[in-house]
Amino acid sequence: MLKLKNAKKVFNPDTINEKVALKEIDLKMELGEFITVIGSNGAGKSTLLNAIAGNHQLTTGEIIIDGQNLTGVPDYDRAHLVSRVFQDPLQGTAASMTIAENLVLALRRSGKLNLSTGVTDKRREIFKDELSILNLGLEDRLDDKVGLLSGGQRQALTLVMATIQEPSILLLDEHTAALDPKTAEKIVNITKEIVSHHNLTTVMVTHDLDHALELGTRTIMMDNGRIVLDVEDEERRDMTIDDLLEKFAKVSGHELTNDRILLAQ
Amino acid sequence: MSLSMLVDPITQGLVYGIMALGVYLTFRILDFPDLTVDGSFPLGAAVAARLIVAGVSPLLATIAAIFGGMIAGVITGILNTKLKITGLLSGILTMTALYSINLRIMGRANIPLLGESTIFDLLEPLGLSSDISILIAFLFVSLLAKFIIDWFLQTELGLALRATGDNKEMIRSLGVNTDNTVILGLALSNGLVALSGSLVAQYQGFTDVKMGIGMIVIGLASVIIGEAVIKNDQIKWATLGVLLGSIVYRSVITVALRMNLNPNDLKLITALLVIGALGAPAIRSKLDNTLLAGGEEKC
Repeated sequence: MLKLKNAKKVFNPDTINEKVALKEIDLKMELGEFITVIGSNGAGKSTLLNAIAGNHQLTTGEIIIDGQNLTGVPDYDRAHLVSRVFQDPLQGTAASMTIAENLVLALRRSGKLNLSTGVTDKRREIFKDELSILNLGLEDRLDDKVGLLSGGQRQALTLVMATIQEPSILLLDEHTAALDPKTAEKIVNITKEIVSHHNLTTVMVTHDLDHALELGTRTIMMDNGRIVLDVEDEERRDMTIDDLLEKFAKVSGHELTNDRILLAQ
Repeated sequence: MSLSMLVDPITQGLVYGIMALGVYLTFRILDFPDLTVDGSFPLGAAVAARLIVAGVSPLLATIAAIFGGMIAGVITGILNTKLKITGLLSGILTMTALYSINLRIMGRANIPLLGESTIFDLLEPLGLSSDISILIAFLFVSLLAKFIIDWFLQTELGLALRATGDNKEMIRSLGVNTDNTVILGLALSNGLVALSGSLVAQYQGFTDVKMGIGMIVIGLASVIIGEAVIKNDQIKWATLGVLLGSIVYRSVITVALRMNLNPNDLKLITALLVIGALGAPAIRSKLDNTLLAGGEEKC
């Protein structure tokens, strides 16, 4: 499904600002697996997602999704395989365009765009169906500009946009971090619903240790550009947050430090 | 007040409005400050004039002008997307190069078109006065351009273009190569600008290599006045606003010239108008802040 082989990412190589963000990462994911990723600030979580999505190209190593070797392939050329929801709710949608217009672009993800009308009656019906899952009333606001929506509504819309054409892999990049706790909880529930509805292979970076253990089928912890912990099945099922923190301290040699995690507790 | 004082600003407003529609596409839709306009406007005029003088039919000459403008836009787009030169500088480079190219096309700095056949000859069978037939021709072409833009921006490709101007990262993540949409937008925009230039040349009866100076600012002024006249940002209203804005701009200029304004000051006044409109929000908030702060100090 997803395979990272010896993936390494160096920023500003051979300069005084050289930073090794990923150090020889090997990761294999099976179809339908849902990995949650946690780690300290600067551990390489975002770089990992950027490397999978193609926003950053690996310095060395290989990335394979669905049997296709995507090493060196730019982001827009792997959009048919990978879709992503960012932390910033403003990042996943075009504010000056309507909900329906945004959804057209998502529905036609990686398709050959042409000169036919974007928002058709038939598509409006599809959008209404997809949006009604959210229970936010967005299905009645198809012609509203996205800029009028709240952060939570925009993030929910982004989730629908990311999954309306089923991707091979869904990347969630701390997608609830910028929301208030109540809205964040709602988005987490919508995420669960959408992921299980489509049985999506998912990687979710989170700062919320509850979510890290509660959601998904497998948890990895990153530190200093490496995967230092990888738990699933029974071991994960019986794990508490304290176990997780203790284990992290043991394998990494220091405490888990992440300003957001501290805030969340 | 003579009839021509009423008809002329509308006629000019419509033909320059086609150029302003092009500026709207880059400035507002694509969020690209494209200075190619100052070069692609006289490019359209140069291509049309040279071909008409050589005996080519005015219709073909005008179509060739559109293609010339589109090529200029593509070049600016390639400089920006492939060579990674900033948008502003890309436009300036193309504009500067076009000055020499326009001179090459024309062979000299000025080509008179008096006595040559023009695209308005097509309307001769209608038997109208030349003023009115030119007005009708420009009304037809500018509305055609408006409706084509309205339609295009609702197509799938048009939506991708709008998303490129709104949120590049998002539309790339949906599989669109934004290099291509930027180049496409610049081509369409400069095609319109060159069309406007070729029509202006045929309307005023000559092409001058310097006729593009300050064109971008006139285009911006029209877009901004249009937004003030029609306060609805739906595309079909915004494009109508651009044409109206262009007519209002020409009317103000006509009145100002009637009041013995020195024509040499026109560009200064146009620039001040745009500065005022673009700067108004910043000045207003600054004023509000000072007033507030002053009030607090007194208490």
